[in-house]
Amino acid sequence: MTATQLLVTETGGKRKTAPRERRFTPHKGAIAFFAAPFGVLFLLFYLIPIGYAIYQSLLVVERDGTYGEPQQVFGGLAQYANVFSNAPFWESVGRVLLFGVVQVPVMLGLALLFALLLDSPVLKGKKFFRLAFFAPYAVPGVIAAIMWGFLYSPNLSPFTDVTRTIDFLSPEFVLWSIANVVTWVFVGYNMLIIYSALLAIPAEVYEAARLDGAGQIRIAWSIKIPMVAPALVLTTVFSIIGTFQLLAEPQVFRSFSAAVSSTFTPNMTIYATNSIPNTNLAAAFSVVLALATFVLSFTFLKISQRKAEQ
Amino acid sequence: MSMLTLKRGATADDLTPRGPRESLISRGAAMLIMGVFTLYFLTPIWWLFIASTKDRGDLLTTAPLWFADWNLFENIHDLVTYDGGIYLRWILNSIGYAGLGALLATVFAGMCGYALAKYTFPGRELFFNVVLGGVLVPATALALPLFLLFSQVNLTNTFWAVLLPSIVSPFGVYLTRIFASASVPDELIEAGRLDGAGEVRTFFTISVRLMTPALITVFLFQFVTIWNNFFLPLIMLRSQELFPITYGLFAWNTQLNQIPELRTYVLVGSFLSIIPLIIAFLMLQRFWQSGLGNGSVK
Repeated sequence: MTATQLLVTETGGKRKTAPRERRFTPHKGAIAFFAAPFGVLFLLFYLIPIGYAIYQSLLVVERDGTYGEPQQVFGGLAQYANVFSNAPFWESVGRVLLFGVVQVPVMLGLALLFALLLDSPVLKGKKFFRLAFFAPYAVPGVIAAIMWGFLYSPNLSPFTDVTRTIDFLSPEFVLWSIANVVTWVFVGYNMLIIYSALLAIPAEVYEAARLDGAGQIRIAWSIKIPMVAPALVLTTVFSIIGTFQLLAEPQVFRSFSAAVSSTFTPNMTIYATNSIPNTNLAAAFSVVLALATFVLSFTFLKISQRKAEQ
Repeated sequence: MSMLTLKRGATADDLTPRGPRESLISRGAAMLIMGVFTLYFLTPIWWLFIASTKDRGDLLTTAPLWFADWNLFENIHDLVTYDGGIYLRWILNSIGYAGLGALLATVFAGMCGYALAKYTFPGRELFFNVVLGGVLVPATALALPLFLLFSQVNLTNTFWAVLLPSIVSPFGVYLTRIFASASVPDELIEAGRLDGAGEVRTFFTISVRLMTPALITVFLFQFVTIWNNFFLPLIMLRSQELFPITYGLFAWNTQLNQIPELRTYVLVGSFLSIIPLIIAFLMLQRFWQSGLGNGSVK
């Protein structure tokens, strides 16, 4: 977690640029030895696929007549026009936006509350709580979804009184039932990131506040929360990325609930489109989705950095 | 202070630990919140454990949160022998994908992060910024283009299709670079040079040790990422012999309506598959705990 700690400090803190010496590059061989393996892999499995997706998204399939050989020809932005006129895709985008607007604040609010309680002197048995809350992170999304799927099912659930009154798998509730699964898995992870940021605050910072007679809540609100703001930014960005990439949980929920369509989330739309198969349109979806995620997380980072500088 | 906070519409918690009574209230409130959420976090896992110990009939008819007849070992036996022992195969696959993938990813990311931290070379910042952009491009967005590329070279539905993309961790490069700048002193590298050790040897004998906490974090992070990765296997793999455990259990779960006995296997299989991860977390906790301690030293 030290690394996470450093990351947290780095994101929000001032960027430290070490005085660089301008000189002829020595140790060229060593640099190549260290950097080339990752560089080549990054090129092969990140940059080239992104480039290839863009290339594929610019193609359309044409046939000679009705029964002719299908051929891929350059189609300009035709696939992007299809993306923008594809209603299910935009519905799925709207759904994850709604999901994110509710689930991310709830999850991070809880994570912050738990981290503050762990860091406060009023709590006993911290080690136990930390482990108990972090344990769900060891459960992969697919398995968490299978487990909760059973828990929500009216006949298998241990909470039949509840599940018979509220149908968690109905069209009105299923999105929030999925939100609960995601929250259950990730609260502890986010809690630990925030908690490690809290541990990094030096004790002297609290001394003045304590002399002024500030209580725990006051210290939390006026000192601790502002000081862990970079960690909150980091966890928010990761949560935004995660929300846009939702796939495993809703895909599993299709076995439990008819309310989850094959185009429930953007990633499911991509998978379904590729299976039809319509690879070019699927590639265009991928490009749009990657770009949207990137822009959204980048914008959030920038806004919070500007706020921090003020 | 108490008056001030009360005016701001604060709760009883605000009457901070001065008198024993207030302290008792805030302690009680804190314990209550944490206790309720402990139930929230642990009940599903407890239920899964209980369900794994029951036979098919008891699963539906007995109290869901307490034991009935103990059938865990029969269930496990049935699970691991079903369909020619495919379950064990899936576990081994997951260990292969996640273990090998995370190990290689950590080595490559560590070396690259170190090079970015400790050497200056033209294009270094550009290189780093591109990798940083890679952190914000989620792996699932790459699954489809990787599938399209891999089908061009006939690599889909192979072990490599899932392993190769997993050994790239831009996040790892980012972490190790920051960590190496902060924790590997230039003087030490200089001393290595004066002693006649090559750059590579200095890295593997000295720097790696100083970077251990970051490398363990990268390994854990990547291990969990690969273990949980779902889109890549979903899109790449067709033969169930190649499935990781998550995809295998997912495939079983979709067939529950046709093959009802799979329900027990899905539950027992899920329970068994999360035990190794929870144990790994408990064992490695001393690393992240000491990491937390280090983090507080400025």
